[in-house]
This record gives sequence, C-alpha cells and structure tokens, in this order.
Amino acid sequence: MGIATIYLTVIVLIPLAAVAVKSTENGLDGFWTVVTSPQALAALKLTLAVAVIVALINAVFGTLIAWVLVRDRFRGKGAVNAIIDLPFALPTIVASLTLLALYGPKSPLGVDVAYTRVAVALALLFVTLPFVVRSVQPVLHELDRDMEAAAESLGARPRTSFRRIVLPNLLPAILAGVALAFARAVGEIGSVVLISGNLPFKTEVASVFIIGQIESGSLAGAAAVSTVLLFLALIVLVLINLLAWYGRRHDR
Amino acid sequence: MIARSVPRAIALGYLAVLLVLPVGFVFYRTFENGLAPVWDALTNPEAVHALYLTLIMVAIAVPANTIFGVIAALVIVRSKARGRSVLNVLVDIPFAVSPVIVGLSLVLVYGRTGWLGETLGDQGIRVIFTPVGMALATIFVSLPFVVREVVPVLREVGDDQERAAETLGASPWQTFWRVTLPAIRWGVAYGVVLTTARALGEYGAVSVVSGKLVGETETLPLHVEQRFAQFDLTSAYTSAFVLAGIALIVLLIMQMLKPKSEATG
Repeated sequence: MGIATIYLTVIVLIPLAAVAVKSTENGLDGFWTVVTSPQALAALKLTLAVAVIVALINAVFGTLIAWVLVRDRFRGKGAVNAIIDLPFALPTIVASLTLLALYGPKSPLGVDVAYTRVAVALALLFVTLPFVVRSVQPVLHELDRDMEAAAESLGARPRTSFRRIVLPNLLPAILAGVALAFARAVGEIGSVVLISGNLPFKTEVASVFIIGQIESGSLAGAAAVSTVLLFLALIVLVLINLLAWYGRRHDR
Repeated sequence: MIARSVPRAIALGYLAVLLVLPVGFVFYRTFENGLAPVWDALTNPEAVHALYLTLIMVAIAVPANTIFGVIAALVIVRSKARGRSVLNVLVDIPFAVSPVIVGLSLVLVYGRTGWLGETLGDQGIRVIFTPVGMALATIFVSLPFVVREVVPVLREVGDDQERAAETLGASPWQTFWRVTLPAIRWGVAYGVVLTTARALGEYGAVSVVSGKLVGETETLPLHVEQRFAQFDLTSAYTSAFVLAGIALIVLLIMQMLKPKSEATG
C-alpha cells in the first residue's frame, strides 16, 4: 500500500495539485477572467461540442462494429477485430499525419477537410474508435441469446428484439465506452495538432489553447483552463465508476 | 441475408474510411519517391537521435510502471487496507487527464518558478527541458495500463493457490515468484505492451516539457511534427512510417497475448 501510494502521489497527484493551486494564483477573479476570455471560451466550447458529437457517433458506430464482430460471420473477421486496436497502438501524431495525407489539401480522393472543424472531429473519431467497441464486445458476447430467440419466436422482428432486448442490456457498456471516448476527446492533442491548423476561434481546441498559454509564459492562464478540463475529467471518472458499480450490482 | 450484410458493410466501410485507407496511404506516400530519400531521412543524425531518445523513454517508463502496476494491483485486489478502493479510482486519473495538462503540471512542480524548481536548481538539477522531465511525463501518461490489465486477472485467479503455498510454509516472497506471478504473467505482458505503445507515441505531455531542442530533447513523435513544420514531408512520413511499423508489431503482439475467446469475438 505504502509504495504504491507514494509513487502515485509523487508522479500524479502532486503535479495535478500544482495545476489547481496555480489556477487561482490571481484569485477567483483572475481565474474567471482567463476562462471567460473570448479565445478561451471559443476553445472550450469547440472542445465540448466536438467531444459530444464524437461521443454520440462512437455510441452508434462502436455498438454497430461490436455487433458485427460478435454476431456476424465472415472471412477476415480476426483481422478486422485486430485493426480496432490500431488507434491505441499508433502514435497520435502519426494519426494526424495519416488523416492529413488522405483528407488534406493533397488528397487523392479530392476530399479536403484540413483546417476545418470537420478535421477536428475526424481526428477525434480516429483516436476514440476502440473505446465503445471494446466496452460493448465482451458484454454482447456473454449476452444470453435465449431471450432474443424467445422474442423472435413470439413474432418480434429482428429490429424489435434488438431495440427491446439487446440494446437495454448493452446500455451500461455503451455508456461506459462513451464516457471514456468523451474524456479522451476533451483532452486530445496529438491527433488534432497537424490536421486542425489550430486557428483561434475556429479550430483551436482547449489543449492547443493551453499550449499557447504555456508558450507565451502565462502559466496561470494555462492552469485556469486546465482546471476546467480537470473538473470535467473528474465528473467523467466518477460517472464511469458509478456505471461499473451499477453494472456489478445488477450482475448478481 | 440482408439483415446481416447491411450492418457488416456499414461497419467495414467506416473502418476502411477512418483507419485502413489513411494508414495505408501514408505507407504509399513514404515510398512514393523511391527508397533513397527514405534511407536518407532514416539515417539522418537528428532522426537517429530522436529514435534513440524515444527508446530510452520506453526503457525508463515501462519497468517503472510495471513494478508499480503489479504492486498496486496486489494492493487493490488482495490487501484489506483502507483506501484501496480510492487507490483503484486514482490510478485511472492519467487516462482522464489531457496530456497537455500533464506537461503543464510537471512545469509547475519542476520548472524554474515551480514548487521544487528552485531547490533542485540550486543543486544543479534541471528537470524541465531535459530528458528527465520527458521521462516523468511518459511515466505519468502510461501509468494505469499494467494495473488495469492485472487487476481483473488477479480477481479471476483467486487466492486459493497462494493460501495453499503459505500453509505449506512458503515465504510471501516465494509465494509471489512461484505462484502469483506465473498466474498473472499474461496480464502483466499485455499491460507491458500497452505501456510500451503509449510511451513510444506520447506527444502532448512530452512536447510541453521537452522544449523541443532538435537533437537533444526531441523524440520521434516530436521529430515527425518538427519535420512537417519545416515542409520536409519525406522525413515526416519516414519517421511516421517507423512509428506506424512499431505500432503494427505492437498490435500483432497484442493479438497473440489476448485470451482466445476475446480474439475470436
């Protein structure tokens, strides 16, 4: 217990405490002035809006991909299953470069979304892809198919049995995956940095704004916006643990 | 059957557009102008140093987090100590925190004006803008992986065998090496692979504390960005190709280590 706690405290907790303390260096007024400055507000709004959209798209496509991987049979399924983890293995800066190569100014497909908000969403979709799939997949795998078979024998169409039986059972797993994807999207930097162009008021996400503050020497400003993000992360973390707790209780 | 082929087509199409095509295309762009420029970019001293520094980061972060990860998992699952459930939640923090904030937090503790910066500075120790700070950043962001992989395995195997070993007179140390560790080794291995992948590719946190001094504090991911910013696309693509190649190897090892039931879906 002792060693583990000390390690965690030195590496993680003390530095994060320093951020929270620094953010109020100029009092609550100072904190508020930075956080509500037009550029910070624009960055925070964009980050939140895109993270919500990305989380919702992940909820739909993540569940769909998990369903196909568990219930469908086709050649090469093992390879497709392996590819899901690629965004976890691939450095984020490489992800940004790859997306820019295919969907940037020199796109061979003629699709150029570089330096737009669509590009930010695209980058975030790339890095958050595995969360919902990997969260839903094991639950779907364990799901008893008797109930679905019963529903279908009673005349329910596949769509009805999916909506009324499969989906409610998957919901905690979907939400847990969505929460992780959302948290990741809010803090992401590497995958966004090359393809978004980091234009203030347009494609500058909160993380990039924080870097800008650090580089211009305004550590208190950087800490203030960081604290807002930390607070969001804390809420998500609590939410995930509540979901896990809820899931365990209903297992019994 | 239509009911099956439609979701399959949508799922595969989504994966192709988002993952497979972009990554495949970078491989193509890297070798577009033949092998010679790729070789030049690869053997460029800056790139070689960046790769070397990246591997050093891995060599520091992975053992540190593996030892911590196994100890923390044992505490969370096996001990009756108060606060172990708090530890279980706190371990996840690095997953929920933006890498940029990680970098900032280290600057605020170890930087010139930071909490410990002045004291350390008097001793002649510099952390920020040196590989020491970069290593701390890398350890921070890759901290939870081993814990998260080992905890469920420990729960799964239970403590029957460990108790049996103890009744038969084994010391706690012997029990750990002969009973516990062999039981959790695949969980540990999987955690190590994930830690390695993250440590290799970390950009945000390392970028903030590194100062980006070319040939000194530049890791391979930072080198990709730096070359891209200098419009040296061949070098950027080549370094990205090296990182992507390592990522594919990591992916392959991940597949081999996964439990069979999960791997086949």
